[in-house]
Amino acid sequence: MNNNPQLNKSGKLQHLLTTEGLPAPILLNILDTAESFVGVTERDVKKVPILRGKSVFNLFFEPSTRTRTTFEIAAKRLSADVVNLNIAASSQSKGETLLDTVNNLSAMHADMFVVRHSQSGAAHLIARHVQPEIHVINAGDGRHAHPTQGLLDVFTIRHYKKDFRNLRVAIVGDILHSRVARSQIHALTTLGVPEVRVIAPKTLLPSKVERLGVRVFHDMAAGLKDVDVLLMLRLQNERMISARLPSKEEYFKYYGLTPEKLALAKPDAIVLHPGPMNRGVEIDSAVADGKQSVILPQVTFGIAVRMAVMSILAGH
Amino acid sequence: MDIAIERGRVIDPNSGVDAVTDIFISAGRIAALGTMPPGFHAHRRINAEDLVVCPGLVDLSARLREPGLEYKATLESEMAAAVSGGVTSLACSPDTDPVLDEPGLVEMLKYRAKSLNQAHVYPIGALTRGLKGEWLTEMAELRDAGCVAFGQADVPLPNTRVLMQAMQYAATFGFVIWLRPQDANLADGGVAHDGEVATRLGLPAIPVCAETLALSNIILMARETGAKVHVCRISSAEGIAMVQAAKRQGLPVTCDVAANHMHLSEMDIGFFDTNCHLIPPLRGLSDRDALRRGLLDGTIDAICSDHAPVDEDAKLLPFGEAAAGATGLELLLPLTLKWQEEMKVPLAAALAKITVEPARILGVNAGHLSSGATADLCVFDPDQYWRVETTVLKSQGKNTPFLGMELQGRVKYTLVNGNVVHEA
Amino acid sequence: MMLLPDAEQLLANLTERMRSGVATDTAIVGIHTGGAWLAERLHHDLKLPLPLGTLDISFYRDDFDKIGLHAQVRPSDISFEVEGSHIILVDDVLYTGRTIRAALNELFDYGRPSSIRLAALIDRGGRELPIAPQYVGATLALPSDKMLALEKSSTGKLSLRLYDKNPMGHEQ
Repeated sequence: MNNNPQLNKSGKLQHLLTTEGLPAPILLNILDTAESFVGVTERDVKKVPILRGKSVFNLFFEPSTRTRTTFEIAAKRLSADVVNLNIAASSQSKGETLLDTVNNLSAMHADMFVVRHSQSGAAHLIARHVQPEIHVINAGDGRHAHPTQGLLDVFTIRHYKKDFRNLRVAIVGDILHSRVARSQIHALTTLGVPEVRVIAPKTLLPSKVERLGVRVFHDMAAGLKDVDVLLMLRLQNERMISARLPSKEEYFKYYGLTPEKLALAKPDAIVLHPGPMNRGVEIDSAVADGKQSVILPQVTFGIAVRMAVMSILAGH
Repeated sequence: MDIAIERGRVIDPNSGVDAVTDIFISAGRIAALGTMPPGFHAHRRINAEDLVVCPGLVDLSARLREPGLEYKATLESEMAAAVSGGVTSLACSPDTDPVLDEPGLVEMLKYRAKSLNQAHVYPIGALTRGLKGEWLTEMAELRDAGCVAFGQADVPLPNTRVLMQAMQYAATFGFVIWLRPQDANLADGGVAHDGEVATRLGLPAIPVCAETLALSNIILMARETGAKVHVCRISSAEGIAMVQAAKRQGLPVTCDVAANHMHLSEMDIGFFDTNCHLIPPLRGLSDRDALRRGLLDGTIDAICSDHAPVDEDAKLLPFGEAAAGATGLELLLPLTLKWQEEMKVPLAAALAKITVEPARILGVNAGHLSSGATADLCVFDPDQYWRVETTVLKSQGKNTPFLGMELQGRVKYTLVNGNVVHEA
Repeated sequence: MMLLPDAEQLLANLTERMRSGVATDTAIVGIHTGGAWLAERLHHDLKLPLPLGTLDISFYRDDFDKIGLHAQVRPSDISFEVEGSHIILVDDVLYTGRTIRAALNELFDYGRPSSIRLAALIDRGGRELPIAPQYVGATLALPSDKMLALEKSSTGKLSLRLYDKNPMGHEQ
């Protein structure tokens, strides 16, 4: 059970389920390959034939148009055939289990499943039960992991900061429920970032979070001091505002990223956000649209990173 | 029919007997140890050389899934699993469908179990109607129908007033209340111990204080009402300390632990192994170590299998959606022996935790080898290794964290009422 | 041990052969890795004004299903306008022609060139596709179990190396 389920027998990437436990060379190979795809996405013909004849199935058990679209674009730019399935509404309600659905689709000769599910561990479960020639990419499972988001964030950081080895990175917001934060933390620590901080009120931090290799702060002034990179997290309003947080306003006042708070970080600090943003809740528009924001480049890089992951997986 | 079990290492934790000797069974009862009684004529001789002969095991928690949940398991399959694991007496929890809250249902279960002529079944009656935590059941009637204690299984009883009154009522008749301590609100939605692993895997968590908070209520109310309480499935170091303190105060409190929890921790969840989705959740390594010590020092009185067979589909789901529980009747003995060996406990002391001690908690005359006692026996090979495999398990549930592992200690013969009901 | 020609001498020969065929509107594109080194030298020595181009054809290979993605993919870099251009594609060792096929496909995804010619330091024969070079440093017959590669020293000096074919490795 403790063998890494993401690697095949020869130690190559078979599935991408989490950034945790992946060796740095594998992460770097994904980032390097993504660099090449950034060039492709800037050409007139934004397409390469590498996955011609392959079928990528987007299995979205939890709806997310944005994430699904980025995977769809990535697959199409690799010349793969893409099938989008929003399963939340159809078969699951008819009593078909997750694995029934997956087995049915496997019979349609899928080469790759991109899976989004509301339950932590869903992608692992699927990866454990698909035929050996099928690759699984986790596009977000519960609170657990969202590895392509984590990778595109480190790609963006490397693009602007070049080297991971002398950075201070702060992740701000709802760490407890965030699959993005977990994937960021594992990717950053594996790539040698010496100091990863998390900043949040205690109601938004999971217990023993320091065991993930992060420093814990509850106060923005202390937490943002000398920081090179700020990774803002989305606050899921509807779920949070009750017994975890009294109000959006109080959250914004103490944890929202305003120009004044950003000024506490290094002058050349960059600001990332996985989107979609809640302006005026976790981030002020002046910061989101400001010159330190790299939120839009993140989206562009996201396509290249997903192309890299798909082409590396399909080659193994 | 007279049966002689010869040359075995006979261990009776109740009397302290631990000797290689013969045991003579006549008319369903233990006739004698050592010396053949006059008039005994063996119809069958069992060679128990190199085997251990001990009282049949008594399991405080086995879900037989009848009535109502036969897709998970049937009485036939689970009774076969019991005797194949050396279990000759078992308590079954009231969370069946319908719930064991009416005397008729209890009588039917007792009748069905008896007609199978295998292990003795002792139903735990529901404490509240439908386990809904609102109305008390007719406990005295249920006792007359065969219930030996009353509890809520894993269903929460959040209303402390109802809980207090249930204890007062039970105390009136001297009934024992069995409760698994867990605060319903703190545990709501949780599927794993609130620790490093749940944080890493992003699993909704159940904090230790969900156990200790509820335990604190239970202990305070037990003191207030004088009710006898059995604490089921303790899981945390802090919880053990509270039980220990309550016992020192002289409160009538007993306590058990599930066999899986003596050996496993949150770490065993690995990459979302749903066989490790258990109730209560597997906790930290230090909690597990405290459980192992708590058994040793007597704070924890008994080990139970917490047998909960689950159909395969219910485990082939994402961790949080997968059904909780593990099959356990056939693993109770080997997992107890594993603890015994690892903690260097005398064999008799370890066997006490699955024979005479649970029998005492149940208040039934079982779990010992006194002359004249019902001849419920377990004969096992303490040195034989066997691999836990779906094809080997008799239980309809094949779900256990130990699947695929080698365990030591294999039951060779099980006798109930002097009849050989299992031999391997 | 087979005696290999001197790569620097071959490159000098190749440069001279190409000199009459280039003009100010000629673009040079090298195929990673060896072809890119050669293209860089040619670009400099022939004093061509259009920016040097490089191609990594990893995403266009026809053996992706067999061997997967190359471990070290480099970005392709074409910063001149491909549409209507006159390109000389440069590779180190011309063999089956499959690399050139992939490079042509990739070039066309940047635009429609007016013409493409092919230069190679070594032509070792063994073509599997109808591809012919216009400029060649030398023609060399090699056993099919051998691989020939261009190497670059820390001082920038180019040399050829012969080694045994790795059954799982990349073909030329």
